[in-house]
Amino acid sequence: MRASVVRNGPTSVIEPIDSIVKVRGISKAYGNVEALRGIDLDFPRGKLTSLLGPSGCGKTTLLKIIAGLIDADAGTVAVEGKTVTRPGPERAFVFQDFALMPWATVIRNVAFGLELRGTRKAEREDIARHYIAEVGLASFEDKYPHELSGGMRQRVGLARALSVKADVLLLDEPFSAVDEQNRRKFQEDLIRLRTNQNKTFIFVTHSIEEAVYISDRIVLLSPRPGRISQIIEPDIDRSGDPERIHRDKHYLDTVDEIWRGLKRYVE
Amino acid sequence: MTMLGHRVPMMASLLVWCVVWEIVGRLDLIFLLPPFSAVLAAAVDLVQTASWQSATITTLRAFFFGMALAIVAGIPLGILMGRSKIADDLLGMWVNIFSSAPLSAIVPVLMILFGFGEKTIVAAVFLFAIWIIVLDTRAGVRHISPSLIEMALSYGASRTALYTKIILWAALPEILAGIRLGLIRGVKGVVIGQLLVAIVGYGALFETFSRNFLMAEFWALTIILFGFALVVAELIERAEAKVEYYAGARQ
Repeated sequence: MRASVVRNGPTSVIEPIDSIVKVRGISKAYGNVEALRGIDLDFPRGKLTSLLGPSGCGKTTLLKIIAGLIDADAGTVAVEGKTVTRPGPERAFVFQDFALMPWATVIRNVAFGLELRGTRKAEREDIARHYIAEVGLASFEDKYPHELSGGMRQRVGLARALSVKADVLLLDEPFSAVDEQNRRKFQEDLIRLRTNQNKTFIFVTHSIEEAVYISDRIVLLSPRPGRISQIIEPDIDRSGDPERIHRDKHYLDTVDEIWRGLKRYVE
Repeated sequence: MTMLGHRVPMMASLLVWCVVWEIVGRLDLIFLLPPFSAVLAAAVDLVQTASWQSATITTLRAFFFGMALAIVAGIPLGILMGRSKIADDLLGMWVNIFSSAPLSAIVPVLMILFGFGEKTIVAAVFLFAIWIIVLDTRAGVRHISPSLIEMALSYGASRTALYTKIILWAALPEILAGIRLGLIRGVKGVVIGQLLVAIVGYGALFETFSRNFLMAEFWALTIILFGFALVVAELIERAEAKVEYYAGARQ
């Protein structure tokens, strides 16, 4: 078993060498339902960390608290050492349902983050064009979202997040509304993107295979209340053919190990 | 509609009814219904009279002022109710009452408030048109996907940008539907207002025609009004068709 377990208990905190996002003592309840309890977590710079767990474990809530979209009941989130409570330019969000403006073209959607920051039109469209090409949508600039497939729409959402040049990308189950073939392609693209963009990714998913396939680090959350049950760093070489990963022994072992850990939460 | 393989315009059914009207009119059964051709001839004469022209200008002016006020006040009110639960709880009941109440009954009160003049007509148009605009705008704002709002906030939208770049646009299909229905109610408002005040615009003309049993002129004026309401609604419907593609595309 090469997958190294960093820690098992929720109480001990081990500081990684360089963490860009630090979560300390985050708790959140919706009425009587406790969504998160005492979450302490570090997200290493330039790595892709997945928040994985069954539905109801509060993984999306945690991501939205980091994004500054939801206020926590207790605890703090610090990005680059600064405590944040609101959304900020150093974080960009990718939505599960894409959240594209249906009345705007691809290029305006991608440039929207820059538009809100007051970047001049010519400049922001140049930047947008670059990232549209980066996610493989060149020549679709003037199309409207309803003219694109689900997979292409999410590429627009990803290009929008990239074009604001945030250091931290927050992805909320970005592929769950995308069909299976597109999802596989998308995951491969994300691995490639992660190597050449040098950004920190925080990725929420409920798919064990997906988490193991793309993540440097997997945070397993247990449900009701959401707590950290395990942190796993899969030791998988992703440099070669992405297809090969699916047959990698460590990949298969890690998927198996996580499944055995999560099984008891599934009714 | 197609008939015998030929495309028949929608106006065809209207033509059939015009012919029926002509026949019934020529039978001279009741003096209330002159032949359709006589009504048309009366319409041609009518539009050339100075009294019709000045009445039309008065009527249009009151209609457009009233509608403009209803739109300018109705959309923000609808957005407020769609976004704020407190505003919705406070105002919801009243907006619903007014949108279904027989507003004609209120016009006499308007006369006391605004006098026997154009102001009362403007107020009547406003009162007839605004509620459906408020209700439709509110429904449109309620329909906006929460993630679209979160998207704008997460990319740093100011409050103004959130409303002008997201909420207004996302609710636009419903807002336009509200304006279209509001325009039709506004036409009702202008006619009822003028009829009750009876000394302004078309109201004065209707009063004169019916008192003197000038039925051809009476019907001519009615048809002109119907035509106006249809044209206005049609124009808005075209604008609606332009945004329809995304009404269905929203999650």
